[in-house]
Amino acid sequence: MLELDWNIVIKNLPLLWKGMVLSLKLFAIALVGGIFFGTLLAMARLSSWWILRKPSQWLVDAIRAIPFIMAIFWFYFLTPKIVGAFTGEQGEAIGPFWSAVIAFILVESAYFSEIIRAGIQSIPRGQPWAAYALGMNYWQAMGNVVLPQAFRNMLPIMLTQAIILFQDTSLVYVVGLKDFLGAASTAGQISGRVVELYLFVALVYLVICFSLSRVVKRLQERMDVGRT
Amino acid sequence: MVMIDIKGVSKWYGEKQVLVDCTTTVAKGEVVVVCGPSGSGKSTLIKTVNGLEPFQKGEIIVDGLSVGGKDTDLAKLRSRVGMVFQNFELFPHMSVTKNLCIAQEKVLGRTADEAHDKGLKLLDRVGLIEHKDKYPAQLSGGQQQRVAIARALSMDPIAMLFDEPTSALDPEMINEVLDVMVELAHEGMTMMCVTHEMGFARKVADRVIFMEKGGTILEDCSKDEFFNTPRKPRTQDFLSKILAH
Repeated sequence: MLELDWNIVIKNLPLLWKGMVLSLKLFAIALVGGIFFGTLLAMARLSSWWILRKPSQWLVDAIRAIPFIMAIFWFYFLTPKIVGAFTGEQGEAIGPFWSAVIAFILVESAYFSEIIRAGIQSIPRGQPWAAYALGMNYWQAMGNVVLPQAFRNMLPIMLTQAIILFQDTSLVYVVGLKDFLGAASTAGQISGRVVELYLFVALVYLVICFSLSRVVKRLQERMDVGRT
Repeated sequence: MVMIDIKGVSKWYGEKQVLVDCTTTVAKGEVVVVCGPSGSGKSTLIKTVNGLEPFQKGEIIVDGLSVGGKDTDLAKLRSRVGMVFQNFELFPHMSVTKNLCIAQEKVLGRTADEAHDKGLKLLDRVGLIEHKDKYPAQLSGGQQQRVAIARALSMDPIAMLFDEPTSALDPEMINEVLDVMVELAHEGMTMMCVTHEMGFARKVADRVIFMEKGGTILEDCSKDEFFNTPRKPRTQDFLSKILAH
């Protein structure tokens, strides 16, 4: 029988908390950045201008074709070189955290752009027409009329994507960042009690993500009622 | 004085031509009704007037400005021409008051107070002041369309375009919208109305334009001429069918 010693978890709580803070920080930055740039990408993809539409489509397709973990690796190894090329400095010019942030924002923009694009397309054409007919320009029509409705329609799917994003933040473990999972792993290796720590990590992820999906489900039910 | 001057406008969707060399004018203070069967390009034509539908050939001048012109500030031109749509197109995520104020503030740069005063005055005029805090979905179709008219009027337009404003309404709500339009016409508003409401046309139209399938203007004449002595057999046929009962 497996004998579990939960004291090891309690002992490492400060370390795990620090890891969780990093996970949440990465999550928040990636979420905000992903939605912001994802919105711009979605608008570019729906543009009538070829020069905006095609490149944004290539970018989204390319990013979605790469395993997430590859993007994190690449940015970790590439950004110091790119930054170095500009500044002449060597080594870890921006560090693992910010290279991970860039990778996350890039990848999440691509995922969110597909969701937001569908959201924009779900708005009847008469809505931007009415905005334009009142003299609004493209940005005013988008910002006041189309996007608020698109986001509202897409809220459940965007939250679902946010849950996936939260789980994906644990991937930064591969570049040596001490996120929640990374912290648990370190603590586990030092103490030799890997099982308890990984069980605890799994439980925390489960509780957070499961409660968030319940929220999504509630939201969806409420929106369905609102439609009829 | 000519307010809207449509000169030889043609439009294609890919290979398919939907407007064929359309020419007509709307003078200041004139009420022009555009009618015709579905697929005749009425709605497309009226949407070319404020540039919602681009066109490939011809020219449209609104109050001295060319709609397709390179130097024309299209947004500014649109802000001066009100438009009412078949499906109302109120902004569903905004209250009625916000619907009335948003463009006044964002486009005309009016202060929130100015916009609010103006919006409520117009809402009162269309008889819906007690609904000012409601959302569009809480109103009937006729009420929504009256709000939409008030919203267009809030921009102090020099002309109003109506694109089948009563086609999506239940029969008993058509009159409340037409009443507002008749009142507007009597006040001297320049109006171009795509509609099948021949009673409205008889009452307030100065001219009637009849469009035929394929996007051509078949008849463009005074109201009396249109109803009493239409020249084209096709117009007579159309009139006899819609006025039969």
